[in-house]
Amino acid sequence: MLPLKEKDKPVVQKLLSSGCCARCVLRFCCVLVQSLYRQPGEDESEEGTRTATEQSDDPPKKRMKLDDGLKGSEASAGSGDAEAPPAPALSHCVVCLGVLQEYCSRDHARKVAEAVKTEDYHFETILLSVSLPAQLCVREHSCWLHVKKEMREKVMTRVKDDIVPLKEAFKWSVQGLIATELGESFWRESRCIEESIIFPTLSSDCLLLVPSWFRCISIGPQCSDVFLLVHNVEIVSYCPPHGFRHYPTPPGRPTSICTSQAIQCLHTSIYVAGRYNKYSRSLSQTPWIIDGRRMMESSVEELIAEPLASSFRSKGFNFSSSGREDVDVRTLGKGRPFAMEMLNPHRYRFTKMEMKKIQETINTSSDKIAVRDLQIVTRECMGHMKEGEEEKTKSYTALVWTQKPIEKDDIIFLDDIKELTLDQKTPLRVLHRRALAVRQRVIHSMNASFRDPHHFYLRLKTQAGTYIKEFVHGDFGRTKPNLCQLLKMDTDILELDVEVGNCGTSYFQKGNPGKSTGSMTRIVQLGLDFSGDFPRLDVENVIFFFSFQKTRLKQYT
Amino acid sequence: MDCKEEIDLSAPGPSVIERYFTRWYKADVKGQACEDHCILQHSNRLCVLTLAETHPILQDGRTIKNINYKISNGCSRLNNKVAGKSKRGGQFLTEFAPVCRITCTDETEYTIYSCMRGRLLEVNEDILINTSLLLKKPSTDGYIAVILPKFEESKLVGENLLSREDFEAVVSKRAADVQAQPS
Repeated sequence: MLPLKEKDKPVVQKLLSSGCCARCVLRFCCVLVQSLYRQPGEDESEEGTRTATEQSDDPPKKRMKLDDGLKGSEASAGSGDAEAPPAPALSHCVVCLGVLQEYCSRDHARKVAEAVKTEDYHFETILLSVSLPAQLCVREHSCWLHVKKEMREKVMTRVKDDIVPLKEAFKWSVQGLIATELGESFWRESRCIEESIIFPTLSSDCLLLVPSWFRCISIGPQCSDVFLLVHNVEIVSYCPPHGFRHYPTPPGRPTSICTSQAIQCLHTSIYVAGRYNKYSRSLSQTPWIIDGRRMMESSVEELIAEPLASSFRSKGFNFSSSGREDVDVRTLGKGRPFAMEMLNPHRYRFTKMEMKKIQETINTSSDKIAVRDLQIVTRECMGHMKEGEEEKTKSYTALVWTQKPIEKDDIIFLDDIKELTLDQKTPLRVLHRRALAVRQRVIHSMNASFRDPHHFYLRLKTQAGTYIKEFVHGDFGRTKPNLCQLLKMDTDILELDVEVGNCGTSYFQKGNPGKSTGSMTRIVQLGLDFSGDFPRLDVENVIFFFSFQKTRLKQYT
Repeated sequence: MDCKEEIDLSAPGPSVIERYFTRWYKADVKGQACEDHCILQHSNRLCVLTLAETHPILQDGRTIKNINYKISNGCSRLNNKVAGKSKRGGQFLTEFAPVCRITCTDETEYTIYSCMRGRLLEVNEDILINTSLLLKKPSTDGYIAVILPKFEESKLVGENLLSREDFEAVVSKRAADVQAQPS
């Protein structure tokens, strides 16, 4: 059963004579059958439309629509240059400004598919999103009022909300085409194709509409396009018919149509996790930059990220880890858990062997760090990693210098000290960025091993958050008791290693390397811009919007 | 896989002060001969006020009778409280703000001045109980106070003060003068 019924006939006629395209007619008639939108447009294949018409239960009406469409295709045939922005023609829909015409064509679908192919992405599923010029909602409203007025509200029993949204119609119309275009290389891998489209810029006449509000509501011109879009939609939806009288109904013939501004491809982030060891005492965890000057040549983050970024072909990364260590501290043991968010990766699927290979690449590229258990994880795993920070006990090894010569027996007593509670004032080293306080920390156990008369190694098991360096040198007596007091001589710390992971959690050990479990969604963003010189809203005509919308607008200011 | 960054253990390395701090001096504070102060500035801009080794209190085996952080009837440095990361509420010290008064057992009294502008973060209460700390370890455990200069002034702390070399020159000149006029 075809959704268009006899009672829709006058509406269809009305719309067609106003200059609506076939798909917009379907929208205004609230037709929810997606396959109808998928029928090739007027300027596509005559054959296809005829078939569609023959199938319909109500040929005269459809024929009429088709005829109208055909006229349009003839008119635009002369300027059929696919590359240039389509020239304005009489046939261009007054409501969608070509969005459901030019941009639903096979040509355009091909262009989108080309853009995706050029980027050489690997993906499973695809999501299309579009941003449309805000102007379109004004035109839609205008057309709706026109139809409503002409029909004296007899026929139009539907409310405006029933109109099929332009974005939906666009999706239905074009998604199949894009999928087909991508088909050869991607379709088999794809599980589903979802579409919705984003046109990031507003049409110029919509911008015209807005400045007059600015004067009244004093927001200033720094408002984003998104803000403007929201306002237009908001205002139109609350605008009573008499408030709209300054805008022509039906909307005037456009002299040009929307132009595609940009097609963007974006893959959702992939998370790679692992553990790292740091063997250098002159390597910071993250780039260390003071006053724009690099303090260290490289960093753990960069050493790990570079091979990953080139394998995943990502456009950036975010590094996070379970805790951190000082620049001059080595990280030993199983290693510190870390995770790397790869932003917009072009490749996301790696086998266990491939991940091993990347790990090897990282490990051979530098002897300052080593990485293990490298694997792709889900976003949720990032949360588990942070839990490791709370780990109760930390293990350290410090190389201690003593002012006076010592013998083995002089330090043996340290081994017997258990559960030593320290009062640590915020170390001077971090006092500039931490609140001043006295914090109690416990050293669970110590183990001293003699090295030479002025040096010994001290292994410590401490509560998380203990400042080890300050425990050894005393921090001007601000950590009490400290090693100077215990040994009754000045002591200093020369080297420190932290052991991470020996008693830690195995939060992603059971992961499935090389295969991500999250849903891999690809988003193709299309940007269409309208910059034609078709009838614009004059500034003074727009003030009415504000006058009765004052109260509603307040919530945005 | 281990990175070879062995350090030389045969000689003592730089001390905590040498590793993290820059030493600034003010000689003859307020025109009082030999009353030299030392400011240790951490690389994170924080400053520690200490007595210079040449200060009269540390000479001639003097002993301390009393250290008083109450510098006037209305103002005691012991009441200083700072809150939060931004150290709200600390007393602000100007260049010649007195921080404490030290009385020696020979009844000589010395006033210790801040020597720099900044917010007082803490005073060393340990030296009140154990005055010998100040005598034995004047530049570490026997510090007087911790002062945080304003961020924009932190690079200028040294401008009104002497570097270690300049101060050593002052001290050796002083010694030469004493020798030149034996009384």
